[in-house]
Parts: sequence; structure tokens; C-alpha cells
Amino acid sequence: MLLCNLISIAERVGAPRIVPTRGIPYPTGDPSLSPAAERAWRRRLLLRALEALQTAVHEPTVFPMDKQVEEAHV
Amino acid sequence: MARIVHYINQFFAGVGGEDSAGAGPTLVMGPVGPGRRLAELVAPEHEIVATVWCGDDVAAGLVGEIIALASSVQPDLVAAGPAFTSGRYGLACARVVAAAQAAGLGALASMHEDNPGLDEAGAAPVVASGEVARRMAVSLDRLAAGIRRLLAGEALTAEDGRIGKLARLTVMADASAAQRAVDLALVRLGGDREATEIPLPRFDRVTPAPPVEDVSSALVALVTEGGLVPDDNPGALESARATKWLRYSVEGLDGLAAGEWRSVHGGFSTVWANEDPNRILPLDVARLLEAEGAFAGLFGEYFVTTGNGTSVANARRFGIEWAADLRHSGARAAILTST
Repeated sequence: MLLCNLISIAERVGAPRIVPTRGIPYPTGDPSLSPAAERAWRRRLLLRALEALQTAVHEPTVFPMDKQVEEAHV
Repeated sequence: MARIVHYINQFFAGVGGEDSAGAGPTLVMGPVGPGRRLAELVAPEHEIVATVWCGDDVAAGLVGEIIALASSVQPDLVAAGPAFTSGRYGLACARVVAAAQAAGLGALASMHEDNPGLDEAGAAPVVASGEVARRMAVSLDRLAAGIRRLLAGEALTAEDGRIGKLARLTVMADASAAQRAVDLALVRLGGDREATEIPLPRFDRVTPAPPVEDVSSALVALVTEGGLVPDDNPGALESARATKWLRYSVEGLDGLAAGEWRSVHGGFSTVWANEDPNRILPLDVARLLEAEGAFAGLFGEYFVTTGNGTSVANARRFGIEWAADLRHSGARAAILTST
């Protein structure tokens, strides 16, 4: 599965399982957060990645992060 | 009579399947497996004097040895395949014929047009095979016909089933560009939507792998195109147009410390990556999840390249090599971070 920020490109080249991240230079981070909050964000990204790995897909599929959970932590 | 060496993989040599995919190259005198039928088709003018076979997981990296074995029986031509749509086998066949041609030998590979190895044949000719081994008979017919033509000193064209890159030649067209454009428009209006003088490169469609049934029992690998390497970049990974990938151990590490690792990627500001390398390769959190049993274990190394102006052919090769390596090592899933 793929963790990346440029979702449209990932879909165009046919990556089957995609979890969107927050910035090109830090796919598994977010420097705007405190260190503890950033680590919690990274943990949620990886848990979502594990869900994606266990899901059957037939075409490029985006597994969005839960908006409410995201906003609560920003 | 021309002498031919036939290259095939461990499966078609009858040696074994994935269990034998790590076996190194071996020379066998005479035709083997599909080579027996191929030998009948090129006889009596030509003879398959020997077969070289090699395991799929290692062949693409041992092309020098394969060519050395083939050369030991003084062939006029090296034939490879048919590889159908098999990625590792196709890559090996393409590299074998490219190296054979570079060594001054005749060369011809057979694989399906969608085989990801196709472009690696470079200037060496490739003819189309069927998609799967069920199409062996017709694929061998076409390969044999191509061999005969090459050994007769003729060039292969699309009519012979030639696929892949073709050298561009300057020729006089029989009609002006305006006339050909109108003719092409009429052909398309007539229903042939594919007609063109200039075929565009195609992106292959990857068939999604089936899901991991239970990730809590799976070995998971972390891989990245973010250019993250030990601080002194001991493998000299390129910052752009990467021609290689590298592997580094994460055994015994609970995370990636600033100052010990850095990104050499030339396509974005690496300030944030170098401040906290876990932003490129999430080792710290992966270790926590491993300890909690979210997955059975983390693969002991991570694979890295730089995805910055990297050619599609190289990127495709890295992907094939990563998948083969991980599958061989027991990893069942990979998390790829992309910048």
C-alpha cells in the first residue's frame, strides 16, 4: 500500500491502495503539530495503512483519514 | 547451421517453482522444456546447442554470468522466453538479449506486450508472445519464425510480431504530412480508434494484490522513495534520476534519530525529513504497533530509492526487484511512503 500526498498522481499511475498524507516533504509526519500529537497522527496513518492492506480492491482506491478525528487533533 | 542458446527460467526448465526461484544460472547441453518444440521448429537449418536456465528471483542481476555460460558454447544467436506476462522472467529475458546483442551475438526474446520487462531489451528485438503459458504453441511459432528471419540477415518488423522500442529511421514518406493526417482522420472516423503513426508510451495497469487476510500474523516491510539513507550516504544514492535502490538494516532500532539519517532526495526541501527521519520512514510508530501485536513482525531492513525524475523503466525494475526480494524473504505486505 502507498502513503502519499499526491493522490491524483497515485491514482493515475494505478496504485491500488492509497492513504492520503498531509505534505509532500513529510509523508508520515506533520511538523505543524507538537511532537506528541505528530506521533499520534503517524500512528493513525499506519493503522489506516494496515486496514487498507486487509481490504480487497479492484482499482486504485483511496482510504481517507477520518475527518472528525483529524480535525480534533489539529 | 546456426548455433542457438536458449534462455529459460527455473519453472520452464522443470526444476521447480518459487522454491527454486533463488537458483543461480546453469548450462545444460541441448534443448530443455519449451526449447524442445523450438528446436523442432528451427530444424534442420538451425540447432539449439544448449540451454541456460536461472531462478526468477536472481536472474535479472546475474545477466553477466548467464551470457558467459551461453558464450562458452559459441552461439550465433541467443533466444529467450517466451516469458508471457511474467515480470521477473520477462525482465531477465530482456536483459539477456540486450547483453547478448551488446556482445555481438544475434538475439531475440519473446514476451507479451504488457510484460514490464519489455523496455529493458533496449535495441535487441522482442516478438510478442501470448499472455499466459496456455499460448505456448503459437508463441513458439512466432519466436521460431523470428529466429529464422534474423539468422537469414533480415530485420524484424511489426508484421513479424515485433514489439517494444524501435530505432527511428529517416525515410521518405509516400505522401505529404497533410495528406497522411487527412487519411488518418478518415481511418479513425471509419471506426479504427487505435490507428496512429506514432504510438504513445503506455502505463501498465497493476492488478491489485489480494488483501492480506490477517495482518496480525504477517511480516510487514517499510519501503520508501524518499531518499532516506544513513547520514554519510554510504551507498551513494542519487538525489535525482536514480539508477539503483539500497537496503539498510533497522534491526534493534526503535526509531530513526535526527543526525544519524538524512534524505538525499533532490525534489523537495529535506529540512523536515532531517529534523525527524520518521516523517519519511515511520519506524518509531511501526515498532510500537509491532510490540502491540498489530502485525506479527517488522521486516529487518528497509528498501530505499529516490523518486525524482526516475525513469519509468528503472522504477518498474525497482518494483519488480522489491516484490521478488520481499516475497522471497517471507514479507507479506509492504508500506511504501512516497514524497
